Amino acid sequence: MHPFLQALLGGLLLGGAALVLMGTIGRTAGISGIVGGLWKPSPPRGWQAAFVVGLALAGGAGFALFPSRFDAGDSAGVPVTIAAGLLVGFGSRLGSGCTSGHGICGLARLSPRSAVSVGTFMAAAGVTVFVVRHLLGGGQ
Amino acid sequence: MKGLVAALFSGLLFGAGLLVSGMTMPSKVLGFLDVAGDWDPSLAFVMVGGIGINFVLGRLLLKRAAPLWAPVFSLPTATAIDGPLVWGAVIFGIGWGLGGYCPGPALVTAAGGGQALLFVAAMLVGMAAEDWFARRRALAQESCVGDG
Repeated sequence: MHPFLQALLGGLLLGGAALVLMGTIGRTAGISGIVGGLWKPSPPRGWQAAFVVGLALAGGAGFALFPSRFDAGDSAGVPVTIAAGLLVGFGSRLGSGCTSGHGICGLARLSPRSAVSVGTFMAAAGVTVFVVRHLLGGGQ
Repeated sequence: MKGLVAALFSGLLFGAGLLVSGMTMPSKVLGFLDVAGDWDPSLAFVMVGGIGINFVLGRLLLKRAAPLWAPVFSLPTATAIDGPLVWGAVIFGIGWGLGGYCPGPALVTAAGGGQALLFVAAMLVGMAAEDWFARRRALAQESCVGDG
């Protein structure tokens, strides 16, 4: 299948998953919000755990059945990976969402906050890749 | 219980979508973000599909009085375009550009162990740190109000 079609089909599945979550329990499929909600003191956090288990099961099945859907090697070293994880965790919570909550659910609702967030994180990510690959000469 | 099964199913479907789209490959994500290099635009179609189906069907869905198994639709209520929104997006974007992982793909890929697992551990620490700062800020504001 052409990569554009794979991406489109994958996007439809992501959107479908978000519709299921909203249609059944009325929640937004924003991954950073779901993970961050796991240790919030308010009681109803079972659904967040169930969603994360679903993601992990999909990953396990993916590794078993379609190993080609993952990179063979690591794209960054250990220090960069740790720094990236810290920034993604901190930033997504501070900014109330990431690629899923703002990028798919928020934009589909035409939320101005999500539009600002997506424009900003896309630009920041693009500049970061430019600096790493073309100015510092790292990466592939 | 029905809600938990629905959330589990939604997580599975979401993970499948990430796998099919190629978002579970940081090399592909970084290729999408590398506009000045050998640009791979395919991941833009993830947004086309995801936003498209939500724009059309989500609109119909939210016209219903309530979700199937919950009393209300819990939608975000914030409307302010403020510092935390923008700075959070800047910080998140830098991390995304460094590692090629955003939270969903990281969790899916961490099922295979390796560096993605390390990324997820660091991401949880980052989230907990933000939570801690947010609570301190809230406490500081409360005490200011109390003093005033």
